[in-house]
Amino acid sequence: MKRLLRVVERTRLVKPLVFALCLLPLASLIAGAAMDELGANPAETLIRANGDWALRFLYACLALTPLRVATGIAAFARYRRMLGLFAFTYAVLHLLCYAVFDQGLVVADIARDIAKRPFILVGFAAFLALLPLAATSTTRALRALGPRRWQALHRLVYPIALLGLLHLFWMRSGKHHYEDVWIYAAVLALLLGWRLRRSLRRARLRAVAEAA
Amino acid sequence: MNRAYRDRGYDHPIPSEITPREVCLGRRRLLQALALGAAGSGLAAWAGRQARAAPHPPPTALHPTPSALPGARATDPITAAREATNYNNFYEFGFEKTDPAAHAPAMKTRPWTVTVEGLVARPRSFDLDALLALAPMEERVYRLRCVEGWSMVIPWVGYSLARLLREVEPLGSAKYVEFTSLADPDTMPNLNSSVIDWPYREGLRLDEALHPLAMLAFGMYGEVLPNQNGAPLRLVVPWKYGFKSAKSLARLRLVEQRPITAWEKTAPREYGFYANVNPDVDHPRWSQATERRLGDGSGLFARRRRTLLFNGYAPQVAELYAGMDLAKFY
Repeated sequence: MKRLLRVVERTRLVKPLVFALCLLPLASLIAGAAMDELGANPAETLIRANGDWALRFLYACLALTPLRVATGIAAFARYRRMLGLFAFTYAVLHLLCYAVFDQGLVVADIARDIAKRPFILVGFAAFLALLPLAATSTTRALRALGPRRWQALHRLVYPIALLGLLHLFWMRSGKHHYEDVWIYAAVLALLLGWRLRRSLRRARLRAVAEAA
Repeated sequence: MNRAYRDRGYDHPIPSEITPREVCLGRRRLLQALALGAAGSGLAAWAGRQARAAPHPPPTALHPTPSALPGARATDPITAAREATNYNNFYEFGFEKTDPAAHAPAMKTRPWTVTVEGLVARPRSFDLDALLALAPMEERVYRLRCVEGWSMVIPWVGYSLARLLREVEPLGSAKYVEFTSLADPDTMPNLNSSVIDWPYREGLRLDEALHPLAMLAFGMYGEVLPNQNGAPLRLVVPWKYGFKSAKSLARLRLVEQRPITAWEKTAPREYGFYANVNPDVDHPRWSQATERRLGDGSGLFARRRRTLLFNGYAPQVAELYAGMDLAKFY
């Protein structure tokens, strides 16, 4: 199985394929908008779909390390940057669709809207925190920062994942309509729980090593 | 007279000028097929898979005549029937806007009786056919403003609610009308949700209910109501937020005490009894100053429009609320 995967990897086809798959939601939204197939409220469909995809890519990105460790397939690590940047791309589109289609790019209206709907502020905070991560996604930035500082900075992804979930939960709280919120919450709990368990185990091993 | 109070609701196209749904849909599909190839249409279908559900079963024409009532012929462009029948809040069938179109076809709308009881001289149950024959069918083009901040323009078919209320002769002690919608666990998948204390209940002050613009609708776009829009009959109160216009009515009761409505019970600070459309009284969690008009062909980049006091029906209904503090009685 592993050998087969290695052969597939070596064809250099997987990465472009994954890249194309990540673009599929965007392509479908563009086609839907062009053909007026986004429902009665296309602005709402675009805003929500891009937000959903931002969160999905973010969580998919967080799933790569557990997958790598669980399967022993190192190749998973090579998709962290791509999925992270797709999460950022869909977050940018989400924000842009809101600003353009919902608020007509009127800054005063956006400010008033945020005052009325604080969940938007939570989403905006998550977006701001994504900016330094996207900006330091290059290998050059990693070298300039040094791996330790780079990793410390990129731990921002955990608060971002929580803020994104809070943003969705709060948006839905008006109708108590949480069906998919619970799914996102369960996935995130799994991803964070796995990391918590791993760091606890590591701390214990270190303590044992120091005692010995 | 205040400019905003001017009545613009007279010279509207006659029903025959409204493009029939099939023609409209057929033309759109053709243009879409031409505009982009099969691959593109597959992608679009995928993007729209949730946003648009299957069309409802074959319709039946009601042959209404245009209403002569002041305010009953809004001149705004009419919302495409496809949008008005696939973007609905009907929580008995689910929370998503597309759930009603997907699940409501299972609802049984015949046989159907409506009980009208309470403080009336002649309480009675009406068979649907008796209600359909009670008064001539009129077409009224009303703006519909949802509390969520979107709006449509819909040609309803029916007659004034007052016509039915007169049949049962309200007593002098009757001050309010309570409306109860159908709650059928066999056909309504979302009745197990606890957001609403089912069945859905709404209410109007008796003078509001007797206002000629308050309407009992049996159809839209010249045909009987699709189930997802509240078949076989619903309330339409165009100057109030959409949730006041209860769907699939099973019972009307005339009472002395103000009824507690379904949404009031769920969130009394957010959804008041009156729920008159008012750009100056915000929902606690969002502004009501503007609205997005749906399905009028203006496209994605159209700006939100200013919301009008009483949804633009102030010339007809403002006197019902003379001297009332609209911020207090929201």
